[in-house]
Amino acid sequence: MKRFTPSGVALTSLTLLAAALWIFPLYWGIITSLKPEYEVIEPAISLIPRHWTLDAYVYVFANTAILRWYVNSTGTAVAITVLVLILSAGCAYALSQLRFPGQYLLYGMILASFMVPIQALIVTHFVLMNSFGLIDSWLGVILPQLIVPVTVIVYKQFFDSIPKEFREAALLDGANEFQIFGRIYLPMNWGVTTALAIITFIGAWNNFLWPFLVANSNASMTVTVGITQVHENFGVQYARNLAGAVIAALPVAIAYLVFQRRVTEAIMLSAGIKG
Amino acid sequence: MPTVRKRQQTGAAVVFVGPFVVAYLVLFVYPTLKMVVLSFTNAPLIGEGKWVGWSNYLRLAHDNLFLQSVGHTIYFVVLTVIPTTLLGLVIAMMVLRLRGLLQSLVLAAFFLPYILPVTVVYRIWEWMIDPQFGIAQLPIRLLLGHSVAMWSDPLWAMPSIAFITIWWTNGFNVLLFIAGLKNISQDVHDAASLDGAHRWARFRYITWPLIWPVTALVLTIQLILQLKIFDQVYLMTVGGPFNSTYVVVQYIYKQAFQSNHGGYGATVAVVLFVAIAALSVLQFQALRVRPS
Repeated sequence: MKRFTPSGVALTSLTLLAAALWIFPLYWGIITSLKPEYEVIEPAISLIPRHWTLDAYVYVFANTAILRWYVNSTGTAVAITVLVLILSAGCAYALSQLRFPGQYLLYGMILASFMVPIQALIVTHFVLMNSFGLIDSWLGVILPQLIVPVTVIVYKQFFDSIPKEFREAALLDGANEFQIFGRIYLPMNWGVTTALAIITFIGAWNNFLWPFLVANSNASMTVTVGITQVHENFGVQYARNLAGAVIAALPVAIAYLVFQRRVTEAIMLSAGIKG
Repeated sequence: MPTVRKRQQTGAAVVFVGPFVVAYLVLFVYPTLKMVVLSFTNAPLIGEGKWVGWSNYLRLAHDNLFLQSVGHTIYFVVLTVIPTTLLGLVIAMMVLRLRGLLQSLVLAAFFLPYILPVTVVYRIWEWMIDPQFGIAQLPIRLLLGHSVAMWSDPLWAMPSIAFITIWWTNGFNVLLFIAGLKNISQDVHDAASLDGAHRWARFRYITWPLIWPVTALVLTIQLILQLKIFDQVYLMTVGGPFNSTYVVVQYIYKQAFQSNHGGYGATVAVVLFVAIAALSVLQFQALRVRPS
């Protein structure tokens, strides 16, 4: 079926060129971070460093609190991921498999939550976290990020699609709801859980607005916010700025490259398109 | 027996939904209602305020910076939504022509920026378009004849942020279109090829109508997403130069956190909420008509 035609070759070349241009800023950022600062601002453009160096990285580690930010980012993002999944999976299981008063009201409210932009809640989230005494703390960063309605919806769809026979057989064997959830519904959906975990983690790691508002010292500042808070110290030291950026992006880039298919799957699910 | 079962189910349900419901009420429902209440007061960010009725809302109508920020947000939406949707479709079709490893590599190249934190995107492009040393100034000089300090030029600030936003987030649209295009049966295309349909005719009369539900979905998702713009603008221009990139979310931030007007900030937030809520209904409609 597939033949090489002049127009086909041209179109493929165009695609490759476009892809190369698209990824170039990323390449350029990484390469620049590996150059000495004097080479960065030389008028001649060197696509490959003439002198490879890790000076910029050494500088960032030595002169910023980046390790502390990293710990904060990892701690809060992992906590958000675990809590979001536990809260959502539990809620989705009940909505999908159990009958209880207020069920339809709850489901309707969760669906309606899509209408509330999280950016509109920054004022009242801040007021709330302040009244809890959680400004500039891990919990203050974590709590407002725990409600992710789409995660509940996705879990519910998957629980809905498990044949009822599994559940009925388990009930006849005397299993209770917690055993059915933990031994049937959860294990049968590890794939979804993995996919949701990865994008929840990436989302939490990348979140800017809320951590920017609530974390105002190294005690809870995340690396995503932190790398832009040292502008004054750096001036226009591009290699150092970009070294910080590469360090900040590393975990999500690795998560994506390792779990590429899961990330894709999770994005489709969240957008309402089943892969 | 049935009533016992029912009671047991309710008991179990409380354990399953309880934690979510508590978190949901405290961290989502309460802040949403509180936002509406606050919008009718003159409260500072932290502390009590007096009830002022509709006066915050009336004030919005004459608040120049608010009206400008609405205008800039709409301008940003115009610059991004339709271009990124069409570009997503084009790239998806280009990617789907390829096979195997080449396809994976090309898709990764288009998608990778999407998973980056906004601050990393900012750092990369700050360097790319540096007026003196930035490599992107080469094509800019070629096109315009001189370098442009994009983020400090009122004419170019918003378009450059829109351009960078498309570069950053377009991979998401590409994924959605790829999924949609794969759903269009190959048989349809083969039949059309046999009929000798030209490539453009095939796109215009087969692909485009069949992919339209996905296109509508991407359009509405993008519309809602881009209305909420803040991060990139704040990092790249802080709303400048001369407020030319001030957007609605930044105005919430300014009123509540910089000017300590919690009540008035909440009023702006309610306006954003109402706009997004209305558009979410639209998105729901778009989702409903998608082919399964």
